[in-house]
Amino acid sequence: MSRELPSHDAALVALLLAVDPNGLGGVALRGMPSPERGDWLAQFKGLLPKRSPYIKVPVNVSEDRLLGGLDFAATVSSKKPVFATGLLEAADGGVLVLAMAERLPDAAASIVGDAMDRRTLLVERDGVTRECRLHYTVVALDEGIDDDEQIAAGLAERLAFQLSVRDLAGFQSGLENWTGEDVLAVRGRLASMRVPDAMLERFSGAASAFGLASLRGDLFMLHAARALAALSDEAEVSEAHAAIAARLVLPHRATRMPAEAEPPPAEEEQQEPAPQSGPKDIPDDILVDAVLASLPPDLLEKLSQSMPRSRQGSTGGRGGPATRSRLRGRPIGVEATKQVSGARLNVLATLKAAAPWQSIRRQANAASVLELRPSDLHVTRYQDRVETTTIFVVDASGSQAAQRLAEVKGAIELLLNDCYVRRDQVALIAFRKDAAEVLLEPTRALARVKRSLSALPGGGGTPLAAGLDAARQMAETVTRQGRTAAIVLMTDGRANIARDGRPGPDRAESDAIEAAKCLRVSGLRSLLVDTSRRPKPRARQLASAMGAAYVALPNADASGISGTVQRRLAS
Amino acid sequence: MARGHALPKQWRCGGELTMFPFSAIVGQDDMKLGLMIAAVDQSVGGVLLFGDRGTGKSTAIRALASLLPKMRAVTACPYACELDSSHCDASHCGVERSKRRDKLMPVPVVDLPLGVTEDRVVGALDIERALVHGEKAFEPGLLARANRGFLYIDEVNLLEDHIVDLLLDVAASGENLVEREGLSVQHPARFVLVGSGNPEEGELRPQLLDRFGLAVDVSTPSTVANRVEVMKRRDAYESDHAAFQRKWSRQDGKLRRQIVKAREILGSIQVDDNVLEKAAEICIALETDGSRGELTLLRAARAYAALHGKEKVAERDLKDVAHLALGHRLRRNPLDESSAGVRVERVVSEVIGE
Repeated sequence: MSRELPSHDAALVALLLAVDPNGLGGVALRGMPSPERGDWLAQFKGLLPKRSPYIKVPVNVSEDRLLGGLDFAATVSSKKPVFATGLLEAADGGVLVLAMAERLPDAAASIVGDAMDRRTLLVERDGVTRECRLHYTVVALDEGIDDDEQIAAGLAERLAFQLSVRDLAGFQSGLENWTGEDVLAVRGRLASMRVPDAMLERFSGAASAFGLASLRGDLFMLHAARALAALSDEAEVSEAHAAIAARLVLPHRATRMPAEAEPPPAEEEQQEPAPQSGPKDIPDDILVDAVLASLPPDLLEKLSQSMPRSRQGSTGGRGGPATRSRLRGRPIGVEATKQVSGARLNVLATLKAAAPWQSIRRQANAASVLELRPSDLHVTRYQDRVETTTIFVVDASGSQAAQRLAEVKGAIELLLNDCYVRRDQVALIAFRKDAAEVLLEPTRALARVKRSLSALPGGGGTPLAAGLDAARQMAETVTRQGRTAAIVLMTDGRANIARDGRPGPDRAESDAIEAAKCLRVSGLRSLLVDTSRRPKPRARQLASAMGAAYVALPNADASGISGTVQRRLAS
Repeated sequence: MARGHALPKQWRCGGELTMFPFSAIVGQDDMKLGLMIAAVDQSVGGVLLFGDRGTGKSTAIRALASLLPKMRAVTACPYACELDSSHCDASHCGVERSKRRDKLMPVPVVDLPLGVTEDRVVGALDIERALVHGEKAFEPGLLARANRGFLYIDEVNLLEDHIVDLLLDVAASGENLVEREGLSVQHPARFVLVGSGNPEEGELRPQLLDRFGLAVDVSTPSTVANRVEVMKRRDAYESDHAAFQRKWSRQDGKLRRQIVKAREILGSIQVDDNVLEKAAEICIALETDGSRGELTLLRAARAYAALHGKEKVAERDLKDVAHLALGHRLRRNPLDESSAGVRVERVVSEVIGE
């Protein structure tokens, strides 16, 4: 049996995952639904052994459906706790497909990732303890469009591969020769593949060259290379296998470009394991080159510009208003109520309330299995916390003399302290010269805010309208994600660059007022801090146009501003 | 469709999973030390492992479970009490005092699964008995199972606040008070809380940080050689669990004996006044709140000395554990990026000298 390995990445990924589901975890398929995506899923399914489970998880899955929970009806009729197994258990030995994985709540994503890690499902719910060995391959369908919609980092990290739906075209060629039986045969050979030590060093060398913090990347490369060797019916992992493995595993994990690392990691590595290391004359860069070649150009740019954006968890935002909700948010307990409609009945609490009375009630009505009275009913109470994202929009133009800008920076730093206390997210937009620039997407890493703030240069024109537009766009994204946005604009209100980037104070100011009105329409909480030396009506007009609270900097030292902002934004 | 199965309450499918041996973990000395110290002296009060993903935090704590020496506990006692425990009476255990026997059993290391419900943590009304017999009986939860052992929370920063609060409270008092569903139960729940998390996914509240005795910053091994070693061992483990464990069982045995011996001599280890003074000086210089810092520092240093078979705590021991005991207690400036470990180190060298 000598079959060519397919050359298409997507075909390779399907084969590799089918061959070594334990070692490789899964794949994130990024992009909108398309016929190609459907084809890929069907092909992948075809490569799996017959009757492998293939379980789809909807985005609104509840924890008890993932993990399993008490089956109310069966429990009542059998008078014994009956456990309904969850989706994870159903997927054992097969595939778990996460629909719209980018919108999967962090808690659910953690559950999926955690059981993968342990190869064990642990359930402690509703009076049932359950421990189950299982394994599944995850296919996360990530339909996020821009960078702020991504799969939870903890889950993405446990998936070896990432494919873009756009790159799926024509993946079938070379794959049609492979069947489920072939895959099974290859699985049998997997354990006997030899991996030279020198190859392991290569993997780790490449991983640290690209700044991988986690060691999972190294292991994924090893497993992928081994599966490739087994697929091509060889006894040992070759350089070609390693290069393909690196190309498939590394690019989406890279956090920096190898060139930035100094001293070059390749050399560093050759010094260390000197005694037993393999042939040193082979340049270590082959893996690195393979990865570099496959990086899309815009990624290179992004990587060299900034650190990768880390998705923030959902634990913060304590400062946001806590809304009592009957259905959303985190459960904060149960309450006895007779008004069950519209709320989520808490089966367990209801049963518990009913349980002690059963023998007495049965005396009254011997026929019934379970006597429930309205007084037994309990519903779950939820509390929905809304996180706040404070967007700072800073005028860094020339009209803000250097000293003024420094004061503004000081005020922002103080505000950041408050944000830390309230665990708010913070974003930073600056506008100068001819455009507004998003310096920082919403983040809770305040040290980064401080860093980009201190690196913020001043000077140039004042594209006020562009700044306001950028703020509105970001605020809309934030709101779409279910958080509350608040805008703090720091400017003297003077504009001289119009929306289209052309100079001219008249156009610029009318554009700014227009942009401000758009902000007002979107109903965002906002505050304008007038940073001019002597407050002018201009800034006040702008504030009223955007429906913002107005405060002047000269009347307040930095800590005064912080207090004002707190009060104004809270109301 | 959900398929229901009538299942016993404690249910397990698949075989026992062989844990990755503790001694086979590459590097991560701080993490191993922190866990060993907690294993020697429970009273240091919990360990927090905070750091990058994929650096073996969970592996380490699960490995600890098979490393720990066995303990004697009353047979069939849901709280694994000691035979002469005064805390326990028949109403807890269901075992008459006169009929109690004990046996050797593994120290419990209870994993708190994500999505755990509060009733399973604290224990709740036993539904089955209530439904079938109409009796009010208490069904012990995870806190009961963790008594005298370890309670591990993975991704502690993702756990629901109300459960975290509850755990911290019980961990501090050593006792679980249940007042719910008409039940009123009190049972011992002394355990070492071990939490792990990734700071990128949200920081921990300061009051939560303070409750952990030791905190370890876990980072990725920085040398390629270490990374390779991790890969090799992990791969060897995955291809044959049993063989890998056999290979490392001697090393694990050595560590186990070290823990046993350290526990034996812990009570007799002396702490001189000048060491106490140094500990206090360090904490004053670092402006840690309250006296939990000093206490933990001393206890950790004592356990550390015990692990090394010493008779008394030296200044050097304080120095070696200070970053674990104090790093997370510094008053935090969210804008200050300099690592807490560095600040502790600086102060410790100032107080104690190189």
